[in-house]
Amino acid sequence: MYTQGLDQAGKDRRVAAETEELLNAFQKRVDAEEKIEAKDWMPEAYRRTLIRQISQHAHSEIIGMQPEGNWLTRAPSLKRKAILLAKVQDEAGHGLYLYSAAETLGVSRDQMVADLLSGKAKYSSIFNYPTLSWADIGAIGWLVDGAAIMNQIPLCRCSYGPYARAMVRVCKEESFHQRQGFDIMHSLCLGTAAQKAMAQDALDRWWWPSLMMFGPNDSESTHSAQSMAWKIKRFSNDELRQKFVDVTVQQADFLGLSVPDDELRFDDETGHYQFGEINWQELFDVIAGNGPCNKQRLEKRQRAHTDGAWVREAAQAYASKQAARAAA
Amino acid sequence: MSKQEWPLYEVFIRSKAGLSHRHAGSVHAPDDQMALDNARDTYTRRSEGVSLWVVRSDQIIASDPAENSAFFEPAEDKIYRHPTFYDIPDGVENL
Ligand SMILES: [Fe+2]
Ligand SMILES: [Fe+2]
Repeated sequence: MYTQGLDQAGKDRRVAAETEELLNAFQKRVDAEEKIEAKDWMPEAYRRTLIRQISQHAHSEIIGMQPEGNWLTRAPSLKRKAILLAKVQDEAGHGLYLYSAAETLGVSRDQMVADLLSGKAKYSSIFNYPTLSWADIGAIGWLVDGAAIMNQIPLCRCSYGPYARAMVRVCKEESFHQRQGFDIMHSLCLGTAAQKAMAQDALDRWWWPSLMMFGPNDSESTHSAQSMAWKIKRFSNDELRQKFVDVTVQQADFLGLSVPDDELRFDDETGHYQFGEINWQELFDVIAGNGPCNKQRLEKRQRAHTDGAWVREAAQAYASKQAARAAA
Repeated sequence: MSKQEWPLYEVFIRSKAGLSHRHAGSVHAPDDQMALDNARDTYTRRSEGVSLWVVRSDQIIASDPAENSAFFEPAEDKIYRHPTFYDIPDGVENL
């Protein structure tokens, strides 16, 4: 998903002080659906996993503003512009909720930002695709935010309290995102043939990358079992992907758009849609930094950070001056 | 990076008059006023509140979860503090 199971394997070693007794007591709390809070004892690997997942999630929200921000000045009406502006602002908010949740685990905001800017930290592959037409804004809200919701709703019950609470807040806002996207698609589909073709073209380009958001197949996903045991994760990648396909195909039918998958068919026996094989090489290429927009996204974020330095410095200087005056 | 990390503030929101302030999350800011402004932009974009508190996180004094049992235990064996401890005889009402 926004975190995509991009974690590097094998880094989480048990530290010496983690006795069997402590680990068992921790697991018992998790099994009993007790929430773990910031100052509670937790295994180092649990802490590391969460820092990685929450910060990746936060980075995805922040980088995710770019593809949509690209259309802010060219939205087709003032109404659409105001809506898109609110949506993009929400994504900034999501990033901030999540950075503060990660900070409760002992990592600093500056460190996380530095890791994003240096390219060390990962973010969701989906934001490395370009937004070529206005219809892409519809497709992103409908598909990308839709896929995000699938993943984020179970995260509201994550065992780590601060993350779960941040996700509750995020989920409340996401459904507006998905609906405004669907509304854009719907309007285009009710429009001229050219407008409908735009919507189809956007679906064609965003469908597969959206399915990739759920991460590798369960058989390839190395960290899932531990995350499930810790109740950080509640459903597997493939389960969530299937849910997404099932609901989204019906919505595409309603719009009169066709999902770009020749193998897609409804399976009466299972009650689910069967779909074709994902091009995993494409996902791994994008994650490795070779997607269509990786370079552009990172450069833009670095530039924004550098260009904004004087504002941060001025605010700090003002605060110091006021503090000195108050002390005098 | 900012040369000096801005301090962290905890944010509390009163969702409507008559209710208590409730913890919402945190923000970084160089000073108190900007902490309030940032908290407004981050946590009340949909009229979630009628009042905001921000307090520097390093000013909060918290109990230690490792000491939880010793700290909270004295309350645990005093079940007679709860009304459910008492049997009400049949025929007695409004007690
Ligand atoms: Fe978001
Ligand atoms: Fe969103």
